[in-house]
Amino acid sequence: MSLTERELWAVLHGMCLGAVFLLAFSGVMVELWGLRKELVTEAGIQKSVRRLIIGTWTMAVVAWLTVISGTYIVYPWYRAKPPVQPAAAVSASAVAAAEKNDLTQYPKAYLMASPNTSQWHTFGMEWKEHVAWFSPILVTAVAFIVSRYRGQLAQDKMLRWSVMTLFVLSFAAAAVAGLFGAFITKAAPLH
Amino acid sequence: METKQTLNNGPAAAAILAAGIGSFAFGLAVCLSQAVKAVANFFTFSVAVGPLAGKTTSSIVVWLVSWIILSLMLKNRQVSLAKVFAAALVLIALGLLGTFPPFYDML
Repeated sequence: MSLTERELWAVLHGMCLGAVFLLAFSGVMVELWGLRKELVTEAGIQKSVRRLIIGTWTMAVVAWLTVISGTYIVYPWYRAKPPVQPAAAVSASAVAAAEKNDLTQYPKAYLMASPNTSQWHTFGMEWKEHVAWFSPILVTAVAFIVSRYRGQLAQDKMLRWSVMTLFVLSFAAAAVAGLFGAFITKAAPLH
Repeated sequence: METKQTLNNGPAAAAILAAGIGSFAFGLAVCLSQAVKAVANFFTFSVAVGPLAGKTTSSIVVWLVSWIILSLMLKNRQVSLAKVFAAALVLIALGLLGTFPPFYDML
């Protein structure tokens, strides 16, 4: 039972960081939804705000780590081109894979090699790699507003609804990215 | 008895509008990169990552700079949050459209 370095990073990116973000959403959303002065006492609002500040900033940090690790660590392995003409600079394992016409080390090339799987890249991965970046931007705005306005969110309905909408959009973007990430990893796993 | 001071909504409006501007900038960067090869080359800040590195980095810069500018402009102001939020939603929607492959493949 072991994982390669690539598999480990893919797990960290998707199943640890990405999953934490998605799982944390419901808890923070419930807090935001219930943050109304007619429902909660002043002491309750203060406790709720404390949880919201921790929750939203944790999600913001996790969202940034997810997209940065995905883009700069995992994605280059996904999009690496298989060597056409083995050269001295090409690693021994890449040469061996090319000689066997084995594209499984090159997920993008593997998916694009067949019309049955190419849309996992041309639609799925192309959308995922972009839409994911909306999530940290939007949740950072949410975390900032929660930290600055605190209990005022319980009184200002427009502000609370604006924050909740941005938060749902942030989650939706992460969910699309996570869903396609899971499907693409199933169709062409990183080894 | 302690009285609570209500904060101006300007900083919140700045954060929301900047998020919209950053989202729109990202959608625009994706479309431009797809439509113009020179832009894609310009955005290739990292060979391993490809144009995605430049598209994301540039958009984050636009987002942060616009947030700073809007924060300075609105820090002591009370604005119509409904209008600002509607504008931000339009910008986010356009940004999302710009990153949707069937849309930018038409360019």
